[in-house]
Amino acid sequence: MKLQRKNRLRATALGALAVSGALVLTACGSDDNSNADANGGGKSSTAASDITCDGAEGQLLASGSSAQKNAMDLWVKNYMAACSGVEVNYNSSSSGEGIVAFNQGTVGFAGSDSALKPEEVEESKKICKTGQGINLPMVGGPVAIGFHLEGVDSLVLDAPTLAKIFDTKITKWNDKAIADLNKGVELPDKPIQPFHRSEDSGTTQNLGKYLSAAAPDAWKYEAEKKWPAPGGQAASGSSGVASQVKAVDGSIGYFELSYAASQDITTVDIETGSGTPVKATSENASKAIAAAKVVGTGKDLALELDYATKAEGAYPIVLVTYEVVCDTGNKADTLGTVKSFLTYASSEDGQKVLTDAGYAPIPAEINAKVRETVAGLS
Amino acid sequence: MASTTSLDTPPAPPAPRDRPRSTGRVGDKIFIGLSRGSGILLLVVMASIAVFLGYRAATAISENEGNFLTTFDWNPAGDPPVFGIAVLLFGTVVSSVIAMVIAVPIAVGIALFISHYAPRKLAAPLGYVIDLLAAVPSIVYGIWGALVLVPYLEGLNLWLDQFFGWTYVFDKTAIGVPRSLFTVGILLAIMILPIVTSVTREVFLQVPKMNEEAALALGATRWEVVRLSVLPFGRSGIISASMLGLGRALGETMAVATVLSPSFLISLHVLNHGGGTFAQNIAAKFGEADEFGRDALIASGLVLFVLTLLVNGAARLIIARRKEYSGANA
Repeated sequence: MKLQRKNRLRATALGALAVSGALVLTACGSDDNSNADANGGGKSSTAASDITCDGAEGQLLASGSSAQKNAMDLWVKNYMAACSGVEVNYNSSSSGEGIVAFNQGTVGFAGSDSALKPEEVEESKKICKTGQGINLPMVGGPVAIGFHLEGVDSLVLDAPTLAKIFDTKITKWNDKAIADLNKGVELPDKPIQPFHRSEDSGTTQNLGKYLSAAAPDAWKYEAEKKWPAPGGQAASGSSGVASQVKAVDGSIGYFELSYAASQDITTVDIETGSGTPVKATSENASKAIAAAKVVGTGKDLALELDYATKAEGAYPIVLVTYEVVCDTGNKADTLGTVKSFLTYASSEDGQKVLTDAGYAPIPAEINAKVRETVAGLS
Repeated sequence: MASTTSLDTPPAPPAPRDRPRSTGRVGDKIFIGLSRGSGILLLVVMASIAVFLGYRAATAISENEGNFLTTFDWNPAGDPPVFGIAVLLFGTVVSSVIAMVIAVPIAVGIALFISHYAPRKLAAPLGYVIDLLAAVPSIVYGIWGALVLVPYLEGLNLWLDQFFGWTYVFDKTAIGVPRSLFTVGILLAIMILPIVTSVTREVFLQVPKMNEEAALALGATRWEVVRLSVLPFGRSGIISASMLGLGRALGETMAVATVLSPSFLISLHVLNHGGGTFAQNIAAKFGEADEFGRDALIASGLVLFVLTLLVNGAARLIIARRKEYSGANA
């Protein structure tokens, strides 16, 4: 009898393990934001006209950044509606996993929110027998600074103040630095609770790049995927940060714009030095991305963003995500589909869909180069 | 079930004796081959896993610029890579200790109630309900913890800070919601409650009826029976049950990752957010980690493995030392 009971216990434990294991795996997979998805999904049904299915066939696997998940979902949906018989499967795990999968040759292309590192390019030469991995900028987007402060419904901050808030050097909402930027706003005497991402993230890295470019005196940390400052609280994923900001009075955090929209969180307007504070919108983010320079050599189109931009109406905290492919030497059985799919994604219609989902299209000049490169893939 | 154990002595540990001889018939030979083969296969699989993990951990540690044991940082993607397990070790131990301090007395109480106080009709369903808690997936505990427990604990934290702030441990110095090691400890306590309770209850049911009846015959109250015969008999069982629970608390992943606000700082102020545990850190960092980062995480996982091994070893030592007093070999 004792034995039986022990076995039963063990079986229960095993069952619990299996269920939680499955849950863990699925939970990691999707940094989901269903609302933005639903918003975008409805409006984009007109985009199918621009799709050419020449040479596309079979199944195309792709993997990578969850930051572009919602955009990818829309593209895949429209593309598969137009090209019957083709199946595109984008696994939105993370940039790191995408690049690893790409360099192992298991996916047709990878999505990444930062350009390939030199050693990753080196590694990609094994898979792209005649060429190497290149970055194609496809999706841009603003990183919104969301806040929750009872009684305050609009807030202006500049880079040095933002840096000091996230570095916990400014700890009260009625601090003079914040009050000076928000004349006429009644700021309460509450502690500031800054939230950041607990896992490594391209969003963190982009915010770090912005802060060290626009406020080098206040933000002394290296821009890395890991959150560098010692203070503040952490939450997991953009959705985690957004729901903490939503729940906690006196909090401030950063996430992609679509999360602010879906959780109904007020975002901070950024004073860039142009005179008028800039709102976090797709349109304003596009203006900032327009100032980006292509720094990749050859066919590589890795971008360098100008985070310290003072251009009128340009929202400076932006994120650009890439699709990573081989310039030459792509696998023969997926090349047709990759070319056809990326041609659609970089087409006018493909880029227009992005605005609906809270992303920003890639500026026309750079996008023209992307199309040219996609056409020349082999 | 086991409560029917009547006057006979409790099961003694099997005495060393000669193996039964093989009869030399075919069935025996096949069976010997099968069982020996499975035994060897298991060892080979375990050994190859250990070699694989050890090799990858060694690659990571050899390139680590920080001190693997004392560095307060986790940045294997940096240039140079710097990572250390000090914070994780501290957080894992502290959260598990908090969980044990809360869970073990409650579990022993529930087990005593079920085995010695509750009417038979109530005892069985109560036991099933407690066991059922073990079947709830940890992510559910995590979500419950983040949405219900964390806001609810805000009051308790303020109360502890106000009246027990002088203890240093309960001095709350950082502002913010209680996504702290203390909250994690409470959540872990709830999660390990069923395993500790059910094992302890089984042990209490094994107490020889003769001992209890003898105590009763001498005029002992029910509490005295528990104190004089049940608890001494069950002590080693309580310890092994606690160690089983501790093992679970040390390795808990998703619930901790959901509730804790991690940071790479060591602080004895358990009400402040911050800290981290091995499993939580692996769950949080694995997705975005590159090849080298994963090696580093594997290295940290090996430390957790060693920690669990030490805990289990210590438990066996304690049990072995106490065996003669417990009546387990009477």
